[in-house]
Amino acid sequence: MAYALQQLVNGITLGMIYGLIAVGYTMVYGIIGMINFAHGDVFMVGAFIGIIVLTALAGVTSVPLGILVALILAAALCGLYGFSIERVAYRPLRGSFRLAPLISAIGMSILLENYVQTSQGALERAIPAAIPGGIVLMRQNGFIVQLSWMQMAIVVVTLVTLAIFTYIVTKTPLGRAMRAVEQDAKMAALLGIDTNRTISYTFIIGSALAAVAGVMFLLYYGVIDFYIGFNAGIKAFTAAVLGGIGSLPGAVLGGLLIGLIEAFWSGYATVAYKDVAVYSILAIVLMFMPTGLLGRNEIEKV
Amino acid sequence: MKELTHNLKDAAAVAFVAFLLFGPFLGLQLGDSPQGNLTLSPRPALLAIAVGLTFIARLLMLFWHDARGRAKPKLKVAAAMQKSGKFIAPALLVFAVLLPILPGIDNSYIDLGVLIMTYVMLGWGLNIVVGLAGLLDLGYVAFYAVGAYSFALLSENYGLSFWECLPICGLLAAAWGIFLGFPVLRLRGDYLAIVTLAFGEIIRLVITNWVALTGGPNGIDDIPHPTLFGLSFSMAGGPGTFAGFFNITPSPWQRDAYLYYIILFLALMTNWVTLRLRKQPLGRAWEALREDEIACRSLGINLRNTKLTAFAIGAMFGGFAGCFFSTREGFISPDSFTFIESATVLAIVVLGGAGSQLGIVLAAMVMIGVPELLQSLQIYRMLIFGIALVTIMVVRPRGFISTRRPTVSLGKPKIIAAELVAEGRG
Repeated sequence: MAYALQQLVNGITLGMIYGLIAVGYTMVYGIIGMINFAHGDVFMVGAFIGIIVLTALAGVTSVPLGILVALILAAALCGLYGFSIERVAYRPLRGSFRLAPLISAIGMSILLENYVQTSQGALERAIPAAIPGGIVLMRQNGFIVQLSWMQMAIVVVTLVTLAIFTYIVTKTPLGRAMRAVEQDAKMAALLGIDTNRTISYTFIIGSALAAVAGVMFLLYYGVIDFYIGFNAGIKAFTAAVLGGIGSLPGAVLGGLLIGLIEAFWSGYATVAYKDVAVYSILAIVLMFMPTGLLGRNEIEKV
Repeated sequence: MKELTHNLKDAAAVAFVAFLLFGPFLGLQLGDSPQGNLTLSPRPALLAIAVGLTFIARLLMLFWHDARGRAKPKLKVAAAMQKSGKFIAPALLVFAVLLPILPGIDNSYIDLGVLIMTYVMLGWGLNIVVGLAGLLDLGYVAFYAVGAYSFALLSENYGLSFWECLPICGLLAAAWGIFLGFPVLRLRGDYLAIVTLAFGEIIRLVITNWVALTGGPNGIDDIPHPTLFGLSFSMAGGPGTFAGFFNITPSPWQRDAYLYYIILFLALMTNWVTLRLRKQPLGRAWEALREDEIACRSLGINLRNTKLTAFAIGAMFGGFAGCFFSTREGFISPDSFTFIESATVLAIVVLGGAGSQLGIVLAAMVMIGVPELLQSLQIYRMLIFGIALVTIMVVRPRGFISTRRPTVSLGKPKIIAAELVAEGRG
């Protein structure tokens, strides 16, 4: 029981990080219908900006302030990265062959990975735990269930970020424009929405969310390298598809599910096969629900 | 003059963005202090160079853009290219056949040729799935891995030779193609893409973790090299070897050339089968499926069988290539079967202009040959690879060969633009 509770805590923390990245995938997919393979690497770039900012702020004594500055700077710079990536690699390909932006995105992903590797080295970079300690939830037969402050911080930051994001999408003119472009880009353009600008904003917001996830990942695990983006990106993409790609609540749900599957599989079965479990469950879910858990059925037009 | 100031302003804005983007990565360097803490050291010169280069590149691009806007598009060039295309394919074929005996070609070039031909073959195999049937497969490397490990395990445990294993590897890969194809029959577009990607990862992870069978991350070594009717290419010479039988001095050239001709033969077989199939009902059904799934269904084409045969035949060629890969390398490990391999093969197919056989050859030469020649650049090689991938896609979104000859036509077939070919939604 205590063990299961600990896995639940760990799974939710991990799932929150996946969910944040998955939201970026699903937004981009919803609005321009492409898999943004470079998204996982934007997450990695965010984590690296986080570690650079935290190192630069090493003299600052207030830890929450340092983390806040790292989060804001990482989000802002990654937003700029997302914007530039879209302008350079995806916009010229809009409206052309469907596979062209996919390959361009894979190229972008390789480019970002190697850019960070060549500029900051291939070594793993580690930081000491920013917020050590936590509260003990339960003790049972000597097994201690701990909810660390860091895990709580991750959940709180994720929820706040998602709340801001939900507000933007549902309540602001920008969010309305985004939803309009998602439903019908041509009609939205006819009604005076600047679709190019809306798509740019989508990339900026999605990348900023990935950056927040990246900084959270850095603080949670304390170790990053240039390659973390690939695995996290694939997992988050899996989360987005599992939840139904294009659906924002689906992305968060998918992220949580994948985090939980991973945590429980590592806890009760073999750690080595945790990714196999995740991918197998994805395949099984899609066999019976071809558009994911919360995805809309595509209408076939003849 | 107005143009110039506008361009300068634009380039300055881009340079400013570049400054912000590059700032943390090129301008600062993470390092370790003797106490084990992280340190930052500034690198202003590198940052200034990068920003300056971005400024100049943007400016040149803008001027080029303006100049091109005024010049008339050159239709004649495109027409000439198309005519010469007829001669490129036979010329390349002759070159490929003669490559090992051309003067000035040493073993490193034959090795490179083998590598390129392997990717040409993989590209042609994947082209059946992506280019003809229009099904997006991001896990093609799984079948490559199945072929490679099948041969390695069969030769290790049962002592079977390369030529005995080759058909078995193809069949096993095809069986896996069908097995993995079944669950994804109903999926479309990106759902299909992610599930195929997931299968590719599952196979790699199982190979990595099933240490008892596959040796795990250490891989399998001492995989036998292929023989010619039982004659080995051992450097020792003597009876039972190729050199001993023909009474010549053994040299690595003989073995490399032999490997080269095997993969050339396998690749040409892939091409021939694809071209033949395209003329037959099955190939036409694939292309019909790519063009319009609903129309296909309405006309009574069995979608399940059509999709599964595409997966199976594509996988089979992947299996052949994998079998060849393991016999050539003599050693395989899960590191050779990562997602980046699938992505490279898919990039070759798309870059060639999905559906064009000749385009795939050109794309494989560019994508595999150029990075190999850039070996001296070491860690910057993949960086350049990424930049090149994005650039080529942006400049030529429909690939190198962006025209198609329809498979079926009334009267003389007319060359059409690739834009008219559907890309499939599967």
